[in-house]
Amino acid sequence: MPDLKLMEQQAMKSNRTNPFYLIPYYLWIVLFVIAPIALVLYFSFFDIAGNLTLDNYRNFFSSVYLRLTLSSFWYAFLITLISLLVAYPTAYWLTKTKHKHLWLLMIIIPSWINLLLKAYAFIGIFGLYGPANNLLAAIGSERLQILFTDFSFIFVSVYIFIPFMVLPIFNSLDRINPALIDASRDLGASSWTTFTRVIFPLAINGVKAGIQVVFIPALSLFVITRLIAGNKVITLGTAIEQQFLVTQNWGMGSTIAVFLILFMIIVMMVTGEKGGTINGKIK
Amino acid sequence: MKDLIRASLAIIVISGVLMYAVSLLEDTSSAGGGGTINVYNWGEYIDPELVSQFEEETGITVIYETFDSNEAMMTKIEQGGTTYDVAMPSEYAIEKMKESDLLHPIDLNKVTNLENIDPYFLNLPFDPGNEYSIPYFWGTVGIAFNPSLLEGQTFETWDDLWDPTLEQEVILVDSAREVIGMGLNSLGYSLNSTDMGELREATDKLKTLGPNVKAIIGDEIVEMMRREEAAVALTWSGQAADMMWINENIDYSVPEEGSNLWFDNMIIPKTADNVDGAHEFINFMLDAEVAAQNADYVGYSTPNQAALELMDPEVTGDERFYPTEEMRERLEVYENLGLEMLGVYNELFLEFKMDMEK
Repeated sequence: MPDLKLMEQQAMKSNRTNPFYLIPYYLWIVLFVIAPIALVLYFSFFDIAGNLTLDNYRNFFSSVYLRLTLSSFWYAFLITLISLLVAYPTAYWLTKTKHKHLWLLMIIIPSWINLLLKAYAFIGIFGLYGPANNLLAAIGSERLQILFTDFSFIFVSVYIFIPFMVLPIFNSLDRINPALIDASRDLGASSWTTFTRVIFPLAINGVKAGIQVVFIPALSLFVITRLIAGNKVITLGTAIEQQFLVTQNWGMGSTIAVFLILFMIIVMMVTGEKGGTINGKIK
Repeated sequence: MKDLIRASLAIIVISGVLMYAVSLLEDTSSAGGGGTINVYNWGEYIDPELVSQFEEETGITVIYETFDSNEAMMTKIEQGGTTYDVAMPSEYAIEKMKESDLLHPIDLNKVTNLENIDPYFLNLPFDPGNEYSIPYFWGTVGIAFNPSLLEGQTFETWDDLWDPTLEQEVILVDSAREVIGMGLNSLGYSLNSTDMGELREATDKLKTLGPNVKAIIGDEIVEMMRREEAAVALTWSGQAADMMWINENIDYSVPEEGSNLWFDNMIIPKTADNVDGAHEFINFMLDAEVAAQNADYVGYSTPNQAALELMDPEVTGDERFYPTEEMRERLEVYENLGLEMLGVYNELFLEFKMDMEK
């Protein structure tokens, strides 16, 4: 994409000549990104009584928090994987439909509804006497405990994250020049080969962006863990909330947050793109 | 670019119109003009009609907010942000707030309705002389259960919760002191224990409750029990009363090993803006008729003697919710264990949630 590169270069050049325009941006970054992270880092070195210590870090490597981290990662991985498996074909199919932007809108609209409302709705839907179980009963099955299980937790989380996964994948698929696909077919590639050798590599950045947008928040979900999983699933987010609001151990809460930030940086690095194109990214 | 400008303009215009509408609405609601007070209370812990009645009588506008744990409430008051004028913490929280100098002394001369309160609930160890707090409600922690979903199990002791026939039937309240305290009580220890050995033993015992635990949640418990989603819940007496109000099948019991007796009280935070308004609100809530209506609505036990006389004797004579003084002997009041012990309780609670046997 030479034209995009050019535009980027031009943008950078104009920025260099007009540093004035960058002031609001830097101010924002310093006040709302760097300062809070610095504060979190600072608080992580104090214990509950306000003494300077490394105990919080030692504590984090105790078995409870390590297992907490592992289980958070496991659930976030499952949520991301299932979202991807659902979202990719959906996005692909969307690019083929006639009114694709209308369909896209239909997928995005649910994400405008407050998370809490959706969670409460699912409490009703998954209840012992809710619609899901009524359906089971109607087809002759026994009523099952759906709410407060791993299944309900993953189902609701996937439901919530799907729009965020569909959007970047759709964008990058939609931007593929159809001539490339025609060329591939003309040169004798089967549809499977075309998909694996042409479409998938061209849209990989959308997939990476989708994974970032889903995996990172999934690591720190905490409303759903209580309402849908009945606190039988504990994530890093739940632990941070507990430390700050209940235990008032800001030090330990900050320490967990520091690790969460580290994990996020690692995820960003792994899924980050090298070339520097902006193809497929939501801007 | 043109579209962008047009969209921005539209947003600004719409926001302006909405802000104007809000200011109009607020104008009409605060007709009396006696200022405002910020009331910070537990969820579902006041009859909303009484708030309107107070606003009408005094012309003071009430801004009402709720919290779901003493700890969350204290954190918010400590941080400032919103200046609350009245809050309703539990006894151990009051002790702690007193230590941290977060309370404004209450002028008892302005609380003339205090004479309505049963002297048993005055001058308690956490606040001698009621310098900082006025009783609001009291109650116990126990087990709410629905016999129609059970096969004759009863709950005279805490160990009954471990009954293997209760698989996936027990809901626990999401609060460290209640759950760990229950574990301690079931072993015959004090629920104020600070002995690491006892606490460890209690946590290990709680983990074996895992297969019976359906969920660990907050105020949603009431809805779950009402709809017969679960048969048994570890909960506060008033939440049990709420459930029974809607679903007559539900019963409540306080196991004989002992449990928690608690008092919630009205306080004025040090940061209060409208101290006079706060006093007026507290005095209003102590009025016999108001307190009776509130107790009817909320379902917890009122310490207001004058109100008890106005209430249905069937309710006030119910020993499940108004245990006699003799029965209260078995119960323990939470002590303020200090931040460090609170941290230990919460770490153990987290460990319990992580390691529950599935």
